Amino acid sequence: MQVKWQERVWTGVFWLSAAFITLILASIIIYIVYRGIRVINLDFIFTAPSRAGKEGGISTAIIGTLYLTVVSLFIAVPIGTATAIYLEEYARKTSRFAYLINITNETLAGIPSIIFGLFGFVFFVVYLRMGWSIISGSMTLALMILPTITRTSQEAIKSVPYEYLENSLALGAGRWQTIRQVIIPSALPGIITGIILSIGRAVGETAAVILTAGSSLNMPMSISDPARSMSVHLYILATEGLSLERAFGTAFLVVVLILIINFAANTTLRRWSESGA
Amino acid sequence: MDPSDKIRVENLNLYYNQYQALFDVNVTFKKNNVTALIGPSGCGKSSFLRTINRLNELIEGSSTSGKIYIDQTPIYDKSLDVVSLRKRVGMVFQKPSVFPFSIYENVAYGPKIHGVKDKHRLDEIVEKSLKAANLWQEISGRLNSPAARLSGGQQQRLVIARVLAVEPDVILMDEPASALDPISTARLEELIAELKSKYTIVIVTHNMQQAARVSDHTGFFLNGQLVEFNTTDELFVNPRDQRTEDYITGRFG
Repeated sequence: MQVKWQERVWTGVFWLSAAFITLILASIIIYIVYRGIRVINLDFIFTAPSRAGKEGGISTAIIGTLYLTVVSLFIAVPIGTATAIYLEEYARKTSRFAYLINITNETLAGIPSIIFGLFGFVFFVVYLRMGWSIISGSMTLALMILPTITRTSQEAIKSVPYEYLENSLALGAGRWQTIRQVIIPSALPGIITGIILSIGRAVGETAAVILTAGSSLNMPMSISDPARSMSVHLYILATEGLSLERAFGTAFLVVVLILIINFAANTTLRRWSESGA
Repeated sequence: MDPSDKIRVENLNLYYNQYQALFDVNVTFKKNNVTALIGPSGCGKSSFLRTINRLNELIEGSSTSGKIYIDQTPIYDKSLDVVSLRKRVGMVFQKPSVFPFSIYENVAYGPKIHGVKDKHRLDEIVEKSLKAANLWQEISGRLNSPAARLSGGQQQRLVIARVLAVEPDVILMDEPASALDPISTARLEELIAELKSKYTIVIVTHNMQQAARVSDHTGFFLNGQLVEFNTTDELFVNPRDQRTEDYITGRFG
């Protein structure tokens, strides 16, 4: 009898936690949509901000965000997945080098983004004289998301049954053929999850971006131009009391943009993996 | 080497770091024969099987001494390309492991790896291999459905078709029936009997009845040594070694 009661109580506790989380998430989204949707129209999306963002749209910030996110993914995804492939498929289990990479990765994953920002500022912006620019910002963001991409790709590759490797090699395939045609396609859903998490971090990052890409309101034309991301724009609009309405409008578009980039990353990678099989 | 000999093993020792897994194995397998390897768990029979396609090299710290010849080719020769070896020596594993592709792509995987690009040629190979593995009739209408949806027995025959598609002349089988139900096992054994006319088969099995049913020769492994090797009839009826007799009469193992 007591066991049965315990079951009920705990089921209830777990249900409540799940319900609580869903409720909070839903209320945040609903509130952002409710507050943000009023300022959203084509002008808001397609015109540049004027009077420091009090008027006009946020087109330059949207382009800035896209630029920063896409360039940082182009840097971090190949390096991160390649590192994961090396660690899981090539490095010996006893390798000190692999151990070192793993430790570094875990440490980097726990470092606050502002520290990456400070490093990016000192190294890319000042020392390498890249200035406040999309390339400085993207490289900093790439460093920031690299551990996430590497870790999740490692886990995804680890979860591919060892038998695939054995079977493929026994058929006379080489390591790289096996990795490219069997292991990566099988690990792809996990790798994509890591990339999606990284996109969220990159799009949402504010402090590191202000330090490395600046907060220019001009339309960035090349990767050496400074830029303002939507999150930075949102931050400035809200903290400087420019327009809370427009801050919410920006927030709404940030959410939409993350959904779009996730979708695009997902379909591109799937197509790429299918073309290899 | 006698022309009817396919595989000759000379003084083979296998080590995993300090641990010695095989001791001085000497044996010859005949062409178009089924040879069964029996013995208790951990006796080295699976490790031995993996030395024939050099898959043991996947394990860090493994090393061998001695020689293995397939036809006249010394397979541990430094100049030998392991890809060409594994193309000639196919392997079927304990757990049927189909790739997460369609049935067609599973069978076409090997030929594609080895450079067959022509779609028409691939179609032919896939059909021929599936027919040879006695699977064509059941699945010819759904070649493009995921291989993972097949039953365990069908998956194991698909894996065999995948091996046949590479056109090997030796097939190694590592307890291929241990994950199968009795009906699938019976079908697999029929298939082995059919494949014998074209291939040289070496099968590791836990099941002595199975060894007796499918094989022409049987080897008994114990503690890393090949204790006895003979025709299957002789080995089961008149074992020469006391340890073989103890094992096949069920006194241990």
